[in-house]
Amino acid sequence: MSFSPNADYFELFGLTPGFEIDQELLSLRFRELQRNAHPDRFANASAQDKLASVQQAALINEAYQALKSPLGRGRYLLARSGAQLDDADTRMDTGFLMAQMALREDLAAVPTSADPFASLDLLRQRIEGNEREMVAQLQRLDEAILAGDPEALEQGVQWVRKMQFMHRLLEELDSMEDDLVHQG
Amino acid sequence: MAYSDKVLDHYENPRNVGTFENDDEAVGTGMVGAPACGDVMRLQIKVNDQGIIEDACFKTYGCGSAIASSSLVTEWVKGKTLDDAAQIKNSQIAEELALPPVKIHCSVLAEDAIKAAISDYKAKHQG
Repeated sequence: MSFSPNADYFELFGLTPGFEIDQELLSLRFRELQRNAHPDRFANASAQDKLASVQQAALINEAYQALKSPLGRGRYLLARSGAQLDDADTRMDTGFLMAQMALREDLAAVPTSADPFASLDLLRQRIEGNEREMVAQLQRLDEAILAGDPEALEQGVQWVRKMQFMHRLLEELDSMEDDLVHQG
Repeated sequence: MAYSDKVLDHYENPRNVGTFENDDEAVGTGMVGAPACGDVMRLQIKVNDQGIIEDACFKTYGCGSAIASSSLVTEWVKGKTLDDAAQIKNSQIAEELALPPVKIHCSVLAEDAIKAAISDYKAKHQG
């Protein structure tokens, strides 16, 4: 079984398109597809079939990466409905940026706080709380985004952009935690 | 990826890091962010009665190129009129700092930040 490079990612994994998916089913289907497309299975195949299997494996991987996280799924759903995700656009809601700046400042202050690990945990809870709220907002827009409602698409893009900041912040937090552990 | 000497210089000795009081009538604040890398930049200007930028400061959370770009812009705008400061182009910043193509967006962020600060100041003084 082979898929066109333009295959719909949800269809590829046999999932109903939408923000909420069955994660277990996604992982299961991913492993099945990956096994079938594995280049080792094509060791004795023609050069053309070998190339095709590598391309299939890459497509399956890309699709899985896109769908497995809420951020990736949000981006894919929006793009699929025709929304423009312009990463070069630096205009963001000022209140959001100010809150983001404050979170960054709090993160920078963690190593010099009385109990760095406790501060880090508290900050993580705050950031993850924010993230959950954003995921809930996207979930609320799910049907309208699928239907291609322009207003929902615009709102969805704003939530996804905000989620990207939170994602980056959590990466910074993880790397700080690593540093703290290794200093310990 | 290797940073240029100028980027390293601004990164290690950033100029004008700080905050001005946002409520000050003479202050314009520009806040911008890049979703792709999660960088956040705040650039502030202090403008005198003659419409000249007397002082500027910034705070940036991001990579070395983003910090260097904003640091450089705060140096450049001091002594300029608002109109002259609004003419600063990201290509000039990128050239001065010898930014590689993948870091051009950092200079765009700095250009957007100074423009946002100028608009904020002008909005405060309308009417």
